[in-house]
Amino acid sequence: MRDLNLLIGLAMGLNLVALGSSRLPSIIRATALQGVLLGIMPLLLEHDFGWQVVAVAVATAIGKGVVIPGLLQRAMRAAHIEREVEPFIGFVPSLLLGAFGTIAALAVARSLPLLPEHAKSLLVPGALASMLTGFVLLIGRVKAISQVCGYLIFENGIYLFGLLLIGSTPLLVEAGVLLDLTVGIFVIGIIVDRIQRAFDSLDTRKLTVLRE
Amino acid sequence: MMIVLSFVARLAWWLLLAPLLPGIINKVKAWVAGRRGPPVLQLYYDLARLWRKQVVMSTLASPAFIVGPAVAWAAVLGATLLVPLGPAAGATLSFRGDVVLMLYLLALARFATTWAAMETGSAFEGMGAAREVTYAVLAEAAMIAAMLTLAVQTGSVSLATMLAPSVGTSAVLLAAGLFTVLLVENCRVPFDDPATHLELTMIHEVMVLDHSGPPFAAILHGASMKLLLFAVLVTQSVLPMGTYSRTMASIVLLVGVLIVTVGVGIVESFMARFAFRRVPLLLTTSVLLCVFALLVAWQGAA
Repeated sequence: MRDLNLLIGLAMGLNLVALGSSRLPSIIRATALQGVLLGIMPLLLEHDFGWQVVAVAVATAIGKGVVIPGLLQRAMRAAHIEREVEPFIGFVPSLLLGAFGTIAALAVARSLPLLPEHAKSLLVPGALASMLTGFVLLIGRVKAISQVCGYLIFENGIYLFGLLLIGSTPLLVEAGVLLDLTVGIFVIGIIVDRIQRAFDSLDTRKLTVLRE
Repeated sequence: MMIVLSFVARLAWWLLLAPLLPGIINKVKAWVAGRRGPPVLQLYYDLARLWRKQVVMSTLASPAFIVGPAVAWAAVLGATLLVPLGPAAGATLSFRGDVVLMLYLLALARFATTWAAMETGSAFEGMGAAREVTYAVLAEAAMIAAMLTLAVQTGSVSLATMLAPSVGTSAVLLAAGLFTVLLVENCRVPFDDPATHLELTMIHEVMVLDHSGPPFAAILHGASMKLLLFAVLVTQSVLPMGTYSRTMASIVLLVGVLIVTVGVGIVESFMARFAFRRVPLLLTTSVLLCVFALLVAWQGAA
């Protein structure tokens, strides 16, 4: 439980790194590292794990840590996106939002009627904090790639929630979600390239009007 | 007799050892850059030279121009007397709540320096003072959060007992937070470049630009004592000093201070200073690190 809490704590720290970084590659790296940490977690939760658990853990770690960031970085290169993040919500306010969100998540999780075996773990606060961070990144950043990272962190939060049910739901569901996610990012990578060619910009503010 | 001897020994540690630290930092920087660099004892030579020089005063300046550096030096020395040097040596003065006095003495030192800077009537000096105070707002918040963490952890508000045990899981957070505070409080690289002499970008250096002679020596010596104070604080708040034997604790403290100093030099060698608009972000991060360490301490206590 202590090791798991340490990993979740690190993941929560990476949330704040993603909120505070001003370069796209560092946001992508933070998201990737968080994905790898999340991939390791099922191994710590399951005490007698078979090859399926190992397979899903490895797939999650590779998918979230290597494939998806690779696709995002490729999209960045292909579409010649500048590295600077343009924030709607400034870095300091979004960092403070994320920190208060994390503290609030810890406070809320204490008052939730959780199962006794989950009461001591950071899974629920970690999940809530990651989802909040995802929201802040989705709302507060201009560029499509950083919004994809926000979406990924949001999904990591949902994955943390999913780990609560690891005893009763098969990991197959997680594997399915991971596959969906990878395909989704793959498609986004292509779309980003197309948007860049059509509009010469990935600024989502310019993508609000429909025209023939 | 023993009391007098130990008092003199502690005073010697703070007064005589402090100017060594900037020398070590400069040596590390030179070594990384492949230069020979100034001698480690350079600051001692500088202080001796400055002490013999006469004071040049602006016609605008009031006596506060001289008093400011003196008050700042005395305040820093007072703060150092409150900081224990390991469980064996202890602090010269120790009472309930001495941590608050230490924080306020450091604030007083900063006030006196900025006050003396404003006395010169130079626009640059005012600018540097404004910057120094602006950064201090956030750095002090981080410092107070860090001290609160230690207080919650040990249930005491006396530095001697606060610094004795290790802080467990929050040690990493606290170490990172306090190290950042050390960098900003002592105007080291990601925040301020001690080597630069371009008025528009300096912070601490620009404040003391017009000082000369003995007051300037007091400022330099005070700054090096402050660096030593923070290095001692960082070392003791992270390591479980209370669990070591007497001699072991002293050795650990010395090695810890040396590691922190070399760490500052390495940071300085491999990092560029941040643009001004990025600095609040890093400072906020250090505040958050200390606040999260506080949270972990609270969770552990509850």
